[in-house]
Amino acid sequence: MADKKKKNLPPQAQKYQDFQEKREVKRPLLKNCIKAFLVGGFICFIGQLISTFYIYFFDFTEQTAGNPTTATLIFLTMLLTGFGVYDRIGQFAGAGSAVPVTGFGNAVISAAIEHRTEGFVLGVGGNMFKLAGTVILFGVFSAFIVALIKTILITWGGF
Amino acid sequence: MIFFWAFVIGGLICVIGQIMFDVFKLTPGHTLSILVVVGAILDGFGLYEPLIDFAGAGVTVPITSFGNSLVHGAMQEAEMHGLIGVITGMFEVTSSGISAAIIFGMIGALIFKPKG
Repeated sequence: MADKKKKNLPPQAQKYQDFQEKREVKRPLLKNCIKAFLVGGFICFIGQLISTFYIYFFDFTEQTAGNPTTATLIFLTMLLTGFGVYDRIGQFAGAGSAVPVTGFGNAVISAAIEHRTEGFVLGVGGNMFKLAGTVILFGVFSAFIVALIKTILITWGGF
Repeated sequence: MIFFWAFVIGGLICVIGQIMFDVFKLTPGHTLSILVVVGAILDGFGLYEPLIDFAGAGVTVPITSFGNSLVHGAMQEAEMHGLIGVITGMFEVTSSGISAAIIFGMIGALIFKPKG
């Protein structure tokens, strides 16, 4: 992919690209993966604690306990984001804090807090889903396609 | 035991995300979108529910479960109302995540001031 892009560039830009590739700092993959594993695993572990709490005290099942857990985690994310802690966790953990649903919550909440100076309607309202919108869009669209195919198969395919 | 598997499986999904960041140089937006689509497809094949039984929050907390619950809601309604249910039921199961994000986002914007 990179080679194709390069061919269309003027020679100086090609030189620059080569130079840049050489100078680019190698990302410490293994270290990052371990960090992501530990932090991501820890967030899921906390999620499991919260789920267990809901299962024992509020009559949820293993399958349905995910919903209140999500909401609780997003509430905790609001506090962490508001006090500026989540950013620091994110710098340390990379995907470990972005992939769990707390990352989704952080994307929404940090955008909301950041843009409040522009007013509540155009600032907060308009920018809230700036980052998280893509997750909703592709989630909903792919779910639509999957569910559509499955329904058609069940209805007319006799599966 | 489920606590252990929640930690391991949840951690592994995050490692997959980290590999997509570092090896394939994808932005967080691309990575999360791909993971959501993967979750939706996994549920399409009926593979997500056994995972939840196995790892609990390890698979309900990562963003892949968002795709899973979207398909789930759509399928639940589709069983009752046919094709129309696919659209009407889409957010049936997953509403808690989005509502929580919107509500707490608004509360956060009311309480906290931007830093820096």
